Amino acid sequence: MNQLNEAAIETDVVIVGAGPAGLFAVFELGLLDIKCHVIDILPRAGGQCSELYPEKPIYDIPGIPEVTGQGLTDSLLKQIEPFHPTFHFNEMVESLTSLGTAEKPSFRLTTDAGKVFHARVVFIAAGGGSFQPKKPPIPTIEQYEGKSVFYAVRRMEDFRDRDVVIVGGGDSALDWTLNLQPIAKSLTLVHRRDAFRAAPHSVSAMQDLVKAGKISFRLGQITTIEGADGQLSHATLKGNDGVEEKISCHRLMPFFGLTMKLGPVAEWGLQLNENLIPVDTEKFETSHPGIFAVGDINYYPGKLKLILSGFHEGALAAQKAHRYIFPDKKLLFQYTTSSTNLQKKLGVS
Amino acid sequence: MVKMSFDDTAVRYGAEPGGGAPTKVKITFVDSSGQARTVEGEVGSTVMETARRNDIPQIAAECGGACACATCHVYVDEKWTEKAGKASQMEEDMLDFAFDVKPNSRLCCQITVRPELDGLVVQTPAQQG
Repeated sequence: MNQLNEAAIETDVVIVGAGPAGLFAVFELGLLDIKCHVIDILPRAGGQCSELYPEKPIYDIPGIPEVTGQGLTDSLLKQIEPFHPTFHFNEMVESLTSLGTAEKPSFRLTTDAGKVFHARVVFIAAGGGSFQPKKPPIPTIEQYEGKSVFYAVRRMEDFRDRDVVIVGGGDSALDWTLNLQPIAKSLTLVHRRDAFRAAPHSVSAMQDLVKAGKISFRLGQITTIEGADGQLSHATLKGNDGVEEKISCHRLMPFFGLTMKLGPVAEWGLQLNENLIPVDTEKFETSHPGIFAVGDINYYPGKLKLILSGFHEGALAAQKAHRYIFPDKKLLFQYTTSSTNLQKKLGVS
Repeated sequence: MVKMSFDDTAVRYGAEPGGGAPTKVKITFVDSSGQARTVEGEVGSTVMETARRNDIPQIAAECGGACACATCHVYVDEKWTEKAGKASQMEEDMLDFAFDVKPNSRLCCQITVRPELDGLVVQTPAQQG
């Protein structure tokens, strides 16, 4: 019972994942007066649409001949505005535990940022899993992760007066080069080529620092690292010319973009089928009552990983969610074109 | 990790292999331990799609061919680099997210299978993502 007394965010539904399937679920649940909190590990909504192909056109959204990943995300956000979902970005749901029964489910969710949610129903719309930093194939790197190898900066002070090595040529690599240079003892930027896929002003600021002798830029890659007790001392820099050199390195930050990993979902006690969550095709409910899975993460015979499938699945799952959340209310099927009740909810009547 | 199934793609959009004049070429994927597998690729598809259709495990292709993830990284065999062509600017940018990039590195979702690539050999890296 102790768990019930903690400061938790109370909500009807927690949606795990703010990609198109999760966003449209907000809409379908909202039409049924169900309130949602949406949690995503990325810093913004859109999931794969905004992370993998923001500028690429999608041609198979019904009624929209062509839209970019970002365009679709923006439209969905506008569409769900009337329902005021609360977003929690940069957070990953770590644990999901059941507090209720099959007839009256309820759940406790915790995130890696320490938030606790109590929800009646959970929608897992986690797509291909969570986007996590790619880890370079440097032997023993995992022994240093979180201690002297970092994929993100949590505390700038960890870098003060240290020999810092940053690997990569994108915005993250350049932003942290510029931000950490003033406090680091030394900073070496390592990249495979003398071209950068980053904001032009960051590139020129970095080049100015190189010219002024304040940072060092090296063409090549880091191949091995050494140290003790999680603390790095040196790294081997292999130049593009093949020459290897040992450099002092207390802090290493590799920036190789993101990759999708199933992540903690695998530990929530749900039945899994090759990293996908089996659901029925009437309610899109998982093996656990009250937990639904919609979009690319679910599996059923005939499943197609299309955005439009995720939309359909969310609509049907919302119907069953309504029965859990309002067990005494009869659900009347209505159309947004004709129902003044629904139009009022949408703010258009 | 959830991977796209390109067999599904072909089926759901009716992209029956072959069409009028079936043209196939042989493509060999050699993994980092030296093990080689030769498969048939359809002219007009990509080397990445060929790999996924034939379950070449070292080609993850997380983004499904959008040139957005760098998980279909290959080293084009020296004899084939000219015929396979050079990486575009966008592809070069995306190669920044691949590991151990070499002068013959390509993202194989950006290599279209053409008749003159019959016999193409590519090596897959030790780690994609």
